[in-house]
Amino acid sequence: MFVARDRLLEAMTWLKETPGEEFDYLVDVTAVEFRDRERPLEVVYFLRSLTRRADIRIKVELSTSDELAVDSVYHLWRGADWLEREVFDMFGITFRGHPDLRRILMWETYAEGYPLRKSFPLRGRFSRAEQVRQALNVNPEANYSLEELSIAEAAGDLPDDMRDRLRRGERGVIPEPPQ
Amino acid sequence: MSKRTVELELATPGVDAQGRATRVPLTAAAEPGLAEEHMLVNIGPQHPATHGVLRLVVELDGETVVRCIPHLGYLHSGFEKLGEYRHYNQIIPLTDRTDYLSPMSNNVGFALAAETLMGIEITPRCTVLRVIACEMSRIISHMVWLGTTSIDLGAFTPFLWAFQERERIYDLQEMWTGARLTTSLTRVGGLMADIPDGFVEKLRHFTQTFPKTLAEIDGVLTRNAVWAGRTQGVGTLTAAEATNHSLSGPMLRASGVAYDVRKDKPYLGYETYDFDVVVGEHGDVFDRYLVRLEECHQSNRILQQALDRLPDGPINVDDPRVILPPKTRAMSDMEAMIFHFKQVMEGVKAPVGEAYVGIENPKGELGNYLVSDGTAKPVRWRIRPPSFINLSALPRMAEGHLLSDLIAINASVDIVMGEVDR
Repeated sequence: MFVARDRLLEAMTWLKETPGEEFDYLVDVTAVEFRDRERPLEVVYFLRSLTRRADIRIKVELSTSDELAVDSVYHLWRGADWLEREVFDMFGITFRGHPDLRRILMWETYAEGYPLRKSFPLRGRFSRAEQVRQALNVNPEANYSLEELSIAEAAGDLPDDMRDRLRRGERGVIPEPPQ
Repeated sequence: MSKRTVELELATPGVDAQGRATRVPLTAAAEPGLAEEHMLVNIGPQHPATHGVLRLVVELDGETVVRCIPHLGYLHSGFEKLGEYRHYNQIIPLTDRTDYLSPMSNNVGFALAAETLMGIEITPRCTVLRVIACEMSRIISHMVWLGTTSIDLGAFTPFLWAFQERERIYDLQEMWTGARLTTSLTRVGGLMADIPDGFVEKLRHFTQTFPKTLAEIDGVLTRNAVWAGRTQGVGTLTAAEATNHSLSGPMLRASGVAYDVRKDKPYLGYETYDFDVVVGEHGDVFDRYLVRLEECHQSNRILQQALDRLPDGPINVDDPRVILPPKTRAMSDMEAMIFHFKQVMEGVKAPVGEAYVGIENPKGELGNYLVSDGTAKPVRWRIRPPSFINLSALPRMAEGHLLSDLIAINASVDIVMGEVDR
């Protein structure tokens, strides 16, 4: 069943809360991109009603020329948390209203794009040599976010320049090799 | 780093054997703010209690978990992307490597999705053999879970017993498929091979002797004060929370929601088998243990019934477009050779459409979602990974528990990083 993008949250709330529908369980959230470049991307929601033992599949079409963004259903089903993060990570689709939309399977400084998009080559965008260079130059700064460091009050102990980079959101910037 | 100075007051509670006064710190004039200071502890990715390459960054207040931030992706292999470049039958070896503790069950899940997509009806013998494969997988997966969890919580003996049973199933798997871990059992429309001679007798002997081991494990753990103390009331989720977090499998049922795909959306004729859906009451680690232990008994029952009813007949559908002809015919018969060539070079073509098949894997509901544009390779192959989704409830479950309970909770989720990261 297709739903217009702007009315997704409304439709989902209705499906979850109307007596007689009661889709209280989110099975899966995923996205599909077709080989035909003209076809829009689809975000697919699998819903289930555990009380009525019924399933439904909801799709939202996103045109590639448009902004790739839909409303998050995090506040309806907490299970959407990691599922939406994964779709964001793999397809670059933004979920508006998700409280913690970070990459989940790829690391946060991953710069090659969104792996499951059809425009992404199977072996990655960067050459093998570049991938090896980046892996060897991994910056230990990237192991903890500034938020995590602030838990241990370790942010104050960092060198000034490193703290500034973290604050600007430049985590794990790869230093250029010395000439 | 600034140095911290802490003032200590010492007390003299007595003298030791040599007559020297023993002095112990009595009170520390604590540095202001020390009590409110939270600690950051990093667990993993190389830590035996994280069951793979899971990394947890934990914020602690004393020993209490305030927040737990999981970091995943250390084992990400891009299976879903790889699947878009492979024929349907070539994807089956990839499914082995997702949840590598129950490979045969994953094979079956993918094959069922591909067959639904193509509208193929499998043979009766194949159906029963696939049920046997699924239930064998459930037993070995639960045995690994039981063994590793008991080791995490300090019980060593059940680990040895559980792994011994698992070894017997692995021997059977090796007999059947030639591989212990990467079985690649199914093909679209059938199976890689029929069961060999002596398999039925060996499996029947297993089903007769396996409950004895389960009873021993039950005897040593269920009424064990240490085990109960470490697991009861730990990581509790109510039925509503478990539903809202999209948990599935034993995790959902331990919270009291009686949803089992085998009963509620039967596949492979599960509705004709006599077995019970095991439901917990409290939704804590102890109930998850009880549910998994009892599920082993139920799997054993299903295995016995399947062995009793195993019909004769072919294991593959009679369709040369889907199933490879026998090698001898492909070498001697022109038509068979053409079919062989077309299948190997072009693959099995699927009609335009999509299919989702969820099966009850040991970890939870394993979904395979295939979208086809009419070629021999799927446009999209999505795995609904049960342990990935079950793990997403970990931060919620761990809040407010002790750090040592975090290990118990994490173990109770039953994760396989191959599947979480895919």
